[in-house]
Amino acid sequence: MVTSLQLQTREGGERVVALGGDWTLASLRNNFAKITKGLGTAAKDASLVWDLRAIDTLDSTGALLIWRAWGNQRRAGALVRPEHEAVLRRIAALPRHSPARRQANLLSPVIALGQKEFQLAGHARGMLGLLGTLVLDMIRGILHPHDLPWREISATVYKAGAQAMPVTALVGFLIGVVLSYLSANTLKTYGADLYIVDLLGISIVRELGPLLVAILIAGRSGSAMTAQIGVMRVTEEIDAMATIGISPSMRLVLPKIIGLAIATPLVSIWAIAAALAGGAVAAQVQLNISFLYFFQALPAAVAADNIWIASVKALCFGAVIALIACHFGLRALPNTESVSRAITNAVVSAITLVIVLDAIFAILFRSIGF
Amino acid sequence: MAVTPIIEARDLWTRRGKQTIHRDLQLTVNKGDIVGLVGGSGSGKTTLLRAVVGLDAPAKGQVRLFGVDPIRASRPERLDARRRMGMLFQSGALFSALNVFDNVALPLRELRSVDEALIRDLVMLKLSLVEIEAEHVTKMPAELSGGMVKRVALARALALDPELLVLDEPTAGLDPDRSRSFVSLIQSLSQEYALTVLMVTHDVDTLTTLATRVAVLAEGRIVADGSLDEVMRNEHPFVQSFFGQAVQAQAVPLLHSRH
Repeated sequence: MVTSLQLQTREGGERVVALGGDWTLASLRNNFAKITKGLGTAAKDASLVWDLRAIDTLDSTGALLIWRAWGNQRRAGALVRPEHEAVLRRIAALPRHSPARRQANLLSPVIALGQKEFQLAGHARGMLGLLGTLVLDMIRGILHPHDLPWREISATVYKAGAQAMPVTALVGFLIGVVLSYLSANTLKTYGADLYIVDLLGISIVRELGPLLVAILIAGRSGSAMTAQIGVMRVTEEIDAMATIGISPSMRLVLPKIIGLAIATPLVSIWAIAAALAGGAVAAQVQLNISFLYFFQALPAAVAADNIWIASVKALCFGAVIALIACHFGLRALPNTESVSRAITNAVVSAITLVIVLDAIFAILFRSIGF
Repeated sequence: MAVTPIIEARDLWTRRGKQTIHRDLQLTVNKGDIVGLVGGSGSGKTTLLRAVVGLDAPAKGQVRLFGVDPIRASRPERLDARRRMGMLFQSGALFSALNVFDNVALPLRELRSVDEALIRDLVMLKLSLVEIEAEHVTKMPAELSGGMVKRVALARALALDPELLVLDEPTAGLDPDRSRSFVSLIQSLSQEYALTVLMVTHDVDTLTTLATRVAVLAEGRIVADGSLDEVMRNEHPFVQSFFGQAVQAQAVPLLHSRH
């Protein structure tokens, strides 16, 4: 029904504000301004008598509007239906309060910076703690091999390794094609066509293969791990595991780290093979170097040590990605916002740390494999 | 012309995967009814609520909410129907990224026609209805106790002054004191605004004091529907076992109070 507000003069010269119809959020929704203005004008004249008896439905929105027009107090002489009295009483009982405002602090940028430092230190400490727990778990696992979460490890290898094969092959192949295609022109001008094998071999096997796979796995599996553990925190599953006597680090974190440490080197070698194949295809098209020559020259150009270096790097990358993913997952607070932030942080930190590690490895292995 | 029922489910079939949950279910809720929906666990009470408010599409049959199909009606009609009802989910379903105040204010802000000052007053009013003190309004849902989450969720369900409240286990997780005040709140609201309530509950206190009608869900349909007394006389084995135990449970405090 329609909301109505009328000024009437009744018998005896009594001037009345008569409110009627529905005073509900649904009926007021589209004409708040008009009604508020009408109420305000009527409320200015203190001699008017308010008659609310014609109101059919009065909900808290309607009552609040009237109450505010009355200046947050009961207007003397207002006529109200008994069932609507309760609504008004409830509003009258509402404590008047001024909402607390957070005070601006001039030092807040400095404080924020300091808090960041503490956060970083907290992450470092947390990660170290997690690593320590894992070492203890590993020792227990070595002493009692049947305690190790074999099934979870194999699940991680399958999900992060086997299921990542198509995408890593595709990306690897395309990178191989692009790299070979772009270097072919420069090599041609020097007449150094045949060195395409050395160039691709060293760059892909030693550097690009493991790094590419690590970045793909950080985005693909790292984020999934953080999300899984973060949601398990939200739903208290991790606490439930602890009460049953299952160590969350042993059952959740360790298999992920071992699994990725196994899967990443394997996927890296797979991606390296795909990238070399891509490079060989482009070399054939661009420089007319046959597949046969390409793969015959490869062992001479790339020492077998490089494969081992790639595998060791990939193993470390995998373990670091899983460690960071689990760390951020475990630190997520039980709300959606925090989980989404944890996933972002985990992926960004994992990729950054992988690149830092890669730089360290480049220096460590500088005299091996050439 | 007959008055349109608030909720009407006709020949409702729902399935989850291959499992059929409701077969040929009939349920009508009229204006002013406070219906307590009772049933064993896994009997599909929550599924029925979800179907009725249009969260899940029924496999077969019809659902009407305020006379419109909550899934197939035009968007404005659906929105209008949804704005006339408030739903309280079993675990609260507060938005964890918003604080208490913003959670309750969200439905009001979505209307885009209410000014912020009025929103503030309305939110504080709803929160005071459910006895949430002003000091808690800036807290995040993760910082609240289970009972408080429930009450804030109820305040959010009440935000738009709905004509229909759909409550999934409203008193589960509340202490007896709070659940009594919940019952009296719903009672007074229903008197003031002719509120209609459809609630799933196992709490016998809530059923006896609040529900004007009890509907028993078993074997995928409503096996008994009527006032509590009528339902308790029903011969269906589930009804017998449920209320048999319930009445005993209620009798215990009475015995103790005689001492």
